[in-house]
Amino acid sequence: MKTAKLTDSEYLIKTGKILRTKQMTKQEKYFEIALAGGENLNHEPGQFVMVSVPGVGEAPISVSSSPTKKGSFELVIRKAGKLTGVLHNLEASDTVGIRGPFGKGFPTQILEGNDLIFVAGGLGIVPLRSLINFVIDNRRDFGEVHILLGCKTPQDMLFGDEVEGWSKRTDVNFSCTVDRADPDWKGNIGLITSLIPGVTLDPARTFGVVVGPPIMYKFVIIELLKKNIPERQILVSLERNMKCGVGKCGHCQIQNYYCCKDGPVFTYEQIKYKKEAI
Amino acid sequence: MRYLLLKKENFNDFISALAQIEKVVAPVAAGYKNFSFREVKSGKEISVKYIPTILPPKKYFMPQKEKLIEFNKAENLFDAVLEYEKMIIFGVHTCDLAGIQCLDMVFSDKPKDANYLGRKNKLIIIGLECNDYCDEYASCKVVDNHIPNGGYDLFFTELNDSFIVHVNTGLGEEIVEKTRLLVPAEQKHLNELEDVRARKREIFKDEVNVKHAELAGLFDKAFDSKVWDDLDKRCVACGNCTNVCPTCYCFDILDNINLDFNTGDRTRGWDSCQTEPFAKVAGGENFRKTRGARQRHRYFRKFKYPVERYSRYFCTGCGRCTRTCMAKISLKETINALAAEQKK
Repeated sequence: MKTAKLTDSEYLIKTGKILRTKQMTKQEKYFEIALAGGENLNHEPGQFVMVSVPGVGEAPISVSSSPTKKGSFELVIRKAGKLTGVLHNLEASDTVGIRGPFGKGFPTQILEGNDLIFVAGGLGIVPLRSLINFVIDNRRDFGEVHILLGCKTPQDMLFGDEVEGWSKRTDVNFSCTVDRADPDWKGNIGLITSLIPGVTLDPARTFGVVVGPPIMYKFVIIELLKKNIPERQILVSLERNMKCGVGKCGHCQIQNYYCCKDGPVFTYEQIKYKKEAI
Repeated sequence: MRYLLLKKENFNDFISALAQIEKVVAPVAAGYKNFSFREVKSGKEISVKYIPTILPPKKYFMPQKEKLIEFNKAENLFDAVLEYEKMIIFGVHTCDLAGIQCLDMVFSDKPKDANYLGRKNKLIIIGLECNDYCDEYASCKVVDNHIPNGGYDLFFTELNDSFIVHVNTGLGEEIVEKTRLLVPAEQKHLNELEDVRARKREIFKDEVNVKHAELAGLFDKAFDSKVWDDLDKRCVACGNCTNVCPTCYCFDILDNINLDFNTGDRTRGWDSCQTEPFAKVAGGENFRKTRGARQRHRYFRKFKYPVERYSRYFCTGCGRCTRTCMAKISLKETINALAAEQKK
C-alpha cells in the first residue's frame, strides 16, 4: 500500500480562527470565525459549512451571517453530540477546520423585487438570519418584508439584540411569539402559525421563506397556502445527517435529491410529493 | 480492437506472468459455496468457475476503510492523502464490471472524488464471461449485464480448449505484450465465441416478470406499495445486502487520533442505509425510521433514483443481496411482488 498527497481532494480543510464566542442559551453557542489569510467564505445565504475538530469529527453547520458581512462569518451551534460538545469548549483564538460553503442557498436573485415573509421557528432563525440580514443590507432591492419568529420560551430567543433591532425598523413588519411566556414577556403567546393569518400580503409577489423543526413546516406551509402563495414561492431549508457535503455519502438523501447538493433550500413545489422530506 | 487466444494449457503461465508485472487478485474458493477476490501467484489458485464472490471487486476501488486526511494538530498540518496499490484484477464477471461502471459514474460526478479516481487509475481489469447462470439468485439478463458492455482492459471468454481474449484498451495491449502468451485468434475461434453467445441467448431469460425497460416504471408507482410493509416485518437491518452490493457506495467519515493525542487521520468507511441511525439528525429526528422505509430506499437507489441521475439501473443482477440475506428477502421476489400488485 502506497500513500500519495492529493491537492484536489474535497476533504481538504481550511483553518478557521475563532475571533469571538458567546454563550447564547444553555445549549447554543455563537462563534465568529475568520479563515486564514483573511480569505472571505464567499457563501450564499442559506449555505452551510462542514466544521471539524481534527480527532473528534466533522458536522454540517448553517452559516448564520450574511455574505454582506466580510472578513469573517458566524455560526450558532447547538450542543447535541460529541463534536458539538467539544466545539462548545472552544474560545477565541482556538481554531477549527472548515470545508465549504456547500449546497444551494436561498435564490437571492429570484427573490429580488418581491415581497418576503420570513417564518423562523426555534433554531431556524440561525440559517434564516443569513438571508434576513442580506435583505436588510440590500433593503432597496426587495419589496415588503415580514419577519415572523417563534420559539419555546423567551429564554430560548437567539440574537435578542438584533431581533429587537429588526422589530424597531420601519421598513420591516415584525412579530414574534413564544409557546410558553414568563411575566416579563410582552409579545404574543402561541404557535407560530397563529401569526400568519394576520399578515396582509399580495400572494402573487410574495415569497414565503420557512426554516424550523420538521413538525413546523407542515403547519406553516398550510397557512401560507391559505394565503394563496404559489407552491414554487414557498422556500424551506431542510436539516439532514451529512458526512461528505458533496453529494456522495448518501446520508442526506431525500428520494432522488441529495440535501447537501440539491438543497438544503428547496421550494415546496420540489418536495411536495417527496415523502420522507418533512 | 482485436481478439487473441490463450490456450488453456498456458493459463497458469499467463497468471504467473501477470504476477511478475503486478500484484494479481482473482476469485479463489473460500469455503462452501463461497468465493473471494484474493491475491494469487499462479493460475492453480483461481476458481475460473465461481459464483459471485462474497464481496464484489468494489473493495479495491472503494476500500472498506481509507484515509482521506492525515493531520498533526501541533504543527497545524492537514494533508489530503490517497492510499493506493497497483493491481491486476483477474476474472471480473460482467455483473461486477457493470458495478464498477456505476461507481465510476458516481465518483466522476461533480465534484469529482480524487481518492476514487486516483485509485481507479492504478487498477487493471480483466473480465471473465459467464457462459451459464452462476445460480438461481442472479438476475443479470433483465438488467442487461449477462453480456460484456465494456469496462475492462482485457476480457476472457472460455471456449473448448482455450480462452478467447478481447483486447479493449492500451493497458490491455501492454499486458499482451509483456506476458507473450496470447496468439491471434482464428476465424474458427471467433465462430466458437459466436456459438457461446448464441447459446447464452437461449439460456439467459428475463428473471422477473417485468421487462428491462419497464423496471423504472414499476418503481414510479411502487412508493406506497404493501410490499414494503412485508419487508418491514422481515428485515433485521443487519446491512449485509448493502455491504455486498457492487453499487452501494454510502460511507461514513470518522476521525482517529493516535495515542500521542496529536497526530491522526480522517477515514471513510462503508456505511449502510439499512441501519437505524443512518438518516438520523442530531436533534433525534429520523427520516427513514422503519426497516420497510429503509428497504424501499435501497430498492429505489437501484431502480429509480440512479435512472433519473445517471440513466442506468444500479442493480447489476449479481444476486448477492439475496444470497446473503438472513431474512431471505429476495430481489427477484420483491420485484415480482411489486409487479403482481400493480397488475391487480
